[in-house]
Amino acid sequence: MPDTPLLEMRGIGKRFPGVVALDNVSLSVGKGDVLALCGENGAGKSTLMKILGGVYQPDEGQVLVDGQPVKINNVTDAMKLGIAFIHQELNVLDNLDIAANVFLGREPLIEPFKLINRRKIHADTEPYLKRLGLDIASDTKLRDLSIAQQQMVEIAKAMSLNARIIIMDEPSSSLTLTETECLLKLVCELSGQGVSIIYISHRLGEIEHCADRVAVLRDGKNAGELNHDEISHDRMVGLMVGREIKSFYVQSEAKQTPGFLKVRDARSSRYPTESVSFDAAKGEILGFAGLVGAGRSEIAKVLVGLDEQGSAEVSLGGESLSISSARDSIRHGIYLVPEDRRGEGLIVGMTVRENITLPDLPKYARAGLIQRDREERVSKEQVESLKVKTPTIEALIRNLSGGNQQKVVIGKWLAMGPKVLILDEPTRGIDVGAKSEIYKLMRTLAGNGAVILMISSDMEEVLNVSDRVAVMHEGRITGVLDRATCNEENIMQLATGRSVASARPAFAA
Amino acid sequence: MKKELGLLGLLVLLCLAVCGVELGKQLHAGATISQLELPRFLSQTNLTNTANLIGLFGIFSIGIGLVIITGGIDLSVGSMCALVGVLLAMALSEWHWPWPLAVGVALLIPMLLGWAHGWLITRMKMQPFIVTLCGLLIYRGAARYLAGDATKGFTAARGIDALRSLTSGKFLGIPMPFVMLIVIGVIMWVVLHRSVYGRYLFAVGRNEEAARFSGINTRLIIAGSYVLAGLLAGISAICFAFYTNSISPSNHGNFYELYGIAAAVLGGCSLRGGEGSILGIVIGTTLLLVLQNLVNLLEISSSLNFAVMGSVVLVGVLADQILQKRRLKTQGARH
Repeated sequence: MPDTPLLEMRGIGKRFPGVVALDNVSLSVGKGDVLALCGENGAGKSTLMKILGGVYQPDEGQVLVDGQPVKINNVTDAMKLGIAFIHQELNVLDNLDIAANVFLGREPLIEPFKLINRRKIHADTEPYLKRLGLDIASDTKLRDLSIAQQQMVEIAKAMSLNARIIIMDEPSSSLTLTETECLLKLVCELSGQGVSIIYISHRLGEIEHCADRVAVLRDGKNAGELNHDEISHDRMVGLMVGREIKSFYVQSEAKQTPGFLKVRDARSSRYPTESVSFDAAKGEILGFAGLVGAGRSEIAKVLVGLDEQGSAEVSLGGESLSISSARDSIRHGIYLVPEDRRGEGLIVGMTVRENITLPDLPKYARAGLIQRDREERVSKEQVESLKVKTPTIEALIRNLSGGNQQKVVIGKWLAMGPKVLILDEPTRGIDVGAKSEIYKLMRTLAGNGAVILMISSDMEEVLNVSDRVAVMHEGRITGVLDRATCNEENIMQLATGRSVASARPAFAA
Repeated sequence: MKKELGLLGLLVLLCLAVCGVELGKQLHAGATISQLELPRFLSQTNLTNTANLIGLFGIFSIGIGLVIITGGIDLSVGSMCALVGVLLAMALSEWHWPWPLAVGVALLIPMLLGWAHGWLITRMKMQPFIVTLCGLLIYRGAARYLAGDATKGFTAARGIDALRSLTSGKFLGIPMPFVMLIVIGVIMWVVLHRSVYGRYLFAVGRNEEAARFSGINTRLIIAGSYVLAGLLAGISAICFAFYTNSISPSNHGNFYELYGIAAAVLGGCSLRGGEGSILGIVIGTTLLLVLQNLVNLLEISSSLNFAVMGSVVLVGVLADQILQKRRLKTQGARH
């Protein structure tokens, strides 16, 4: 341990009108350290990091870099101190190439007309790509890269700025399992090269894997720190929620009717040559695992009629359905909770009430005119039964937390009595408490006779919530695992296109 | 509602200012308090005239506002007005159609054109700006070609007294276009703010993707707004034709789309979609026309007409922007 840590935050306090966001929070990061920062949503992680990034000024306490107190007034100050931020939502210009993104705002110029020196910008970019093990030409457009590769470009940019501390906010949330592994490997390498990393994640497995130390925040305060050999899933969760939790997960008790939902020959526009067939039981939670891009979300969209070029034969309880638009699937009680909550699941500028009643609005109307009291009654019911934390049903969705937004998405479908509910990444970016509530809800729904299809890239979630797991690889189902055989290794084998002896076919012929 | 109240306040302030300036002028000219005359702004002729114009412009502005709420734009209204005017005049005074037929066609054509806009935008994925810009050019050209660039009127038309009094007459002393605006405004208020279709319009304007995921036929909703805009443009075009009584195809209705957009934006519609209200649009129209009236009454050079309008819209939207930012800041700080 060096005497003075590279970065130290001492007694940081930050208040917003009516809220104490941070209260006497301290943190230190040594050179080459990987510090994981975790805590439930709203615990103060983002605020703390925004102080490092120069977005907010602390009301109390000080920030020290190399033992010297510093004042970070803006992003440029942070950059000068060698602090770089990799946001959850990537900040890239996808119409430009890699080199242009890495050197954005610092392009090497040819005087006197200030033209961009194309040869130099690419020559300067290549070494960073090499150092990150990214084997792609620097004149590739960002839109042609995967999310993981775009993230690498952001890291390359941080390196080119001589970053000594890289803050990664939920970096794995849109990565596949293998991509996440690469990222974790890279984190280790960077720390070996002397770069310090602050790694924010809800995925505790990753933290166990890569962190030297874990700092946990709770309600804007330090909840505790764990050293490398103390890090364990249970202890982290214990610190986050302040008590020991045995398991968030509820076991299956539902009576199942196999073959209630039959899907045959589903083809999406993304993988038109591959077809997907499977059966799901009434009362079952069927998990869909696989790498991102395996075609899971695409199949979900086909099933609810949102893929116009896609096709599928779907039968529910023996009755075969024709689905060619979202209206058709909704009429048959097949609903989708989409992956992109704010983009596809909700209208964030509208109220809780308006969102809940949106898909079934004609039911609340007489002669085309909306009956406000009926709308209010149903929205209130959903808000109460789902325990959505909102001041009133007239609050804008934009002002709710991620977990509560997700509850509203689920609530709008619950109000319509789902027969099949497809949830695509249902707990992404949601805090631990809300997560377990959503799992319970899924189990209750299944228990009441719905078919639940859950697409998830979170291994723990897949393993603990699903009754069976269908694993997809490049547009097709490579195998279905039941509870006895479903483990991380088997899923990974199937997800990478290998076969597993204990896997079963997806449907009975 | 806050926005509309603010606009209404601005309107009242503007009216008071006009009266004040006029009274001030009289005093300056040496009149004593007892000799003061009613400001010209409040004279019956002026009020009737202004109300008439508010009706004419307000009707199609509502249509443009609906389109803007879906996140689109309609630039074709002025040219549509010319095309409908020319066709109506020719049908009545050259082809001698019975007026109900002529009016039916004059309403159907802009609706069909609106439907074509909607189809190109929703099915062919063209941008509304481009589709309706081409409409602006095409309909103007068509109107001029049909009329052979000659001014058309109603002098040779027979048996259209009923239509004339319906479109340019008075009801209880109030000009018909204004009466129509009130009726249409109330109907459209119910449609936009109380009906399922209205809720869908806002939903589609805010987030078309999420609306589609909720099972809304977003294409139909959007195309519908262009059809409605066409219908309302048609109604006001017929009234305009009888207001001007002669339709010169090269400049009849010029820039009307811009009045409509200005009124809608001033009335609180956001060009990003998902925001706006009928009351706002109507007040916005009123504000613009009162402003023009002011330019006339105060003997400001009429060359400055557009400049004054532009400045007011700019300042109005800027003020709204600043107020909204402040509101968000106090709200956002709580998170």
